[in-house]
Amino acid sequence: MKSYIEPEFIIERDNERCTRCKVCVNQCTYDVHYYDPEDDIVRSRDENCVNCHRCVVFCPTRAITIKRNPTQYTENWNWTREAIMAVKKQAETGGIILTGMGCDKPYYTYWDRILLNASQVTNPSIDPLREPMELRTYLGAKPDKLELDMENGDVVLKTKLAPQLCAETPILFTALSYGAISFNVHLALARAATEFGTFMNTGEGGLDKRLYKYGDHIIVQVASGRFGVSPDYLDVGAALEIKIGQGAKPGIGGHLPGEKVTEDISRTRMIPTGTDALSPAPQHDVYSIEDLRQLIYALKEATDYTKPVSVKIAAVHNSAAIASGMVRAGADIIVLDGVRGATGAAPRVIRDNVGIPIELALASVDQRLRDEGIRNKASIIISGGIRSSADVVKAIALGADAVYIGTAALVAIGCTVCQKCHTGKCPWGIATSDPWISKRVDPDIAARRLVNLLRAWSLEIKEMMGGMGINAIESLRGNREQLRGVGLTDTELKILGIKMAGE
Amino acid sequence: MDKRLSHKEQKPSNPLGSVVANNGVVTINATDMHYRDLNLLLKSHSNTTKRIDIFNVYGQRYIGTGLKNNVEIHIYGTPGNDFAAFMDGPTIYVHGNAQDGVGNTMNSGKVVVYGRAGDIVGYAMRGGKIFIRDDAGYRVGIHMKEYGDQKPILVVGGTAQDFLGEYMAGGILVVLGLTLNNGESHKAKFVGTGMHGGIIYVRGRVAHIGKEVKIMELEKNDIALLKPIIEEFCGYFNFDANKILTGEFKKLIPFSTRPYGRLYAQ
Repeated sequence: MKSYIEPEFIIERDNERCTRCKVCVNQCTYDVHYYDPEDDIVRSRDENCVNCHRCVVFCPTRAITIKRNPTQYTENWNWTREAIMAVKKQAETGGIILTGMGCDKPYYTYWDRILLNASQVTNPSIDPLREPMELRTYLGAKPDKLELDMENGDVVLKTKLAPQLCAETPILFTALSYGAISFNVHLALARAATEFGTFMNTGEGGLDKRLYKYGDHIIVQVASGRFGVSPDYLDVGAALEIKIGQGAKPGIGGHLPGEKVTEDISRTRMIPTGTDALSPAPQHDVYSIEDLRQLIYALKEATDYTKPVSVKIAAVHNSAAIASGMVRAGADIIVLDGVRGATGAAPRVIRDNVGIPIELALASVDQRLRDEGIRNKASIIISGGIRSSADVVKAIALGADAVYIGTAALVAIGCTVCQKCHTGKCPWGIATSDPWISKRVDPDIAARRLVNLLRAWSLEIKEMMGGMGINAIESLRGNREQLRGVGLTDTELKILGIKMAGE
Repeated sequence: MDKRLSHKEQKPSNPLGSVVANNGVVTINATDMHYRDLNLLLKSHSNTTKRIDIFNVYGQRYIGTGLKNNVEIHIYGTPGNDFAAFMDGPTIYVHGNAQDGVGNTMNSGKVVVYGRAGDIVGYAMRGGKIFIRDDAGYRVGIHMKEYGDQKPILVVGGTAQDFLGEYMAGGILVVLGLTLNNGESHKAKFVGTGMHGGIIYVRGRVAHIGKEVKIMELEKNDIALLKPIIEEFCGYFNFDANKILTGEFKKLIPFSTRPYGRLYAQ
């Protein structure tokens, strides 16, 4: 069948600059560039290009430019190029269209309509360069009250505290499963989390034994497929996370295709090589809040109540009620992943149309837990669309204890958000299980880039807090007085629990 | 131990309140005992003793959950949900019925139930063996796996309900139909739906199978695989293995290890 799909991108090569070094030919994993010895020229197959910029960055003479195909269909706001291409692709294949990363639609980002406050005259701002500024964040259930005792003239804490995670910054690396991303990326995340004093999350693909030594800085995930979930795995993690859903694909499971289940992946997921790794949509032992409680306590029993148990859901319409149930079920941490949350592979129709923006979910969940007097019983981590330190500050002021970053972490080590993770051919060596391509991520360099990102964002968070006259992240949490909305309706402002700018 | 351990005594009489050690056998009276306390006792004693007997078990959850040592445990009564979940090593005999989630995500060890079991028996189990003498509930053996030397075995002596072996990815699931009347078929629907690995052996007729599954006759190597499993089962429950083996068996295996390979646009 003749394909009617036109190239999305056009490669322009400046043949004056091109030295025929063939770096682009070797770097491209999509077979775009090829050398034609007859004419001594490098040519391209535009139709294969995914606009990942690997060739652009690595071309030593800067000879390559990638442009969006300027040939457009007749302008139509309704029948966009994307809509036409999707129909053509499905007519040719009869399949579900897969994509990677998070929702790319413009209409769900509320962070950009929220502005932060700063101190002027009536209260002093703080200079974080010279004054202490506290970002340390404890994640886990907090007691309803503290009971103190006197012992030998000293005050001692009588209340037994629930297990806590201690992060030096309110930023953690989100669940990225080994299999969806390469081993070197997992290793870099573990090293960076350890060095900076925060946490990485295994995702649902298990944990390679070589990373067990970083266990104190790893949150291990238990998902519906139970891949790699063994007693050793539960023991090694600093916390356990039950994955109910994720923002990129709420309500559906996942399939790691058999060709990606290599020897290493098989060892970590504890399944045979070459078989599909199917994650069912629900956890089949969790059909209710009561069942969730049962699984939470099964995990607590298995680990002797020494680790916080987190439960992750996708932000959906009734998140607030569900979150209340999760807290009452015994979750020490609840994770909300918004509609912009990313993935290694999801049907595009689900990614772009299911779930709700994290800002609205966070505001309603935090408010609901406060109204019910149980906000202290669990920490809230949010994820799905955190792009900058400003997003982090706004999230914490809206009520989060901490944020998970995924896409931002991958961008730090090379990702250009081309949204082709599901192909497994990531030319940056990130979203792949191919051992040859994986080598492109040097774990030392990647870890350094991640630590740099955490450092930079943490410095910026301190600057913003200092400007507000706040010297501890605790005082920012749920402090919605520091937020003002612009361009928002009354209903949006009401749900976000913030005032309009100028009010 | 906190004061929850002091509870009223019941048979067998138990002067220490809960625990008696005699000839290397530790006996626990679980009357009114919270599962937390019971599991703490199991964890502390499984290190130092070869056998633990627990009496008066009335639905306490999580018994043996996450337990690791190669201890032998006898439960008299009814263990509650998620019994032997995440277990790695022990052998547990239940002299009574079991409830839901027996051997949930179990890694190794053995469970023998002298009675029936509830839903999702052996969910995602990766290793070890589970023998249920009578019937079991829904979604038995769901997402069983295997890896390397670990090949879980789950035998249900009676019949099981819908979604038996759903998403099954490895291991051996055997359903013997011993509680069925002559000529009666298994009522389970969607047997093996989503199956992409492992084998299900069923004695007796199966009414309804998932579309990912094909039904095969047994071959010589199947008998060789099945015989020791059934003999072990019969050894626990005093059935005649040869008589069971003369029944009509069918083998259910997946068409493909990649059931959803063609679902997506490439």
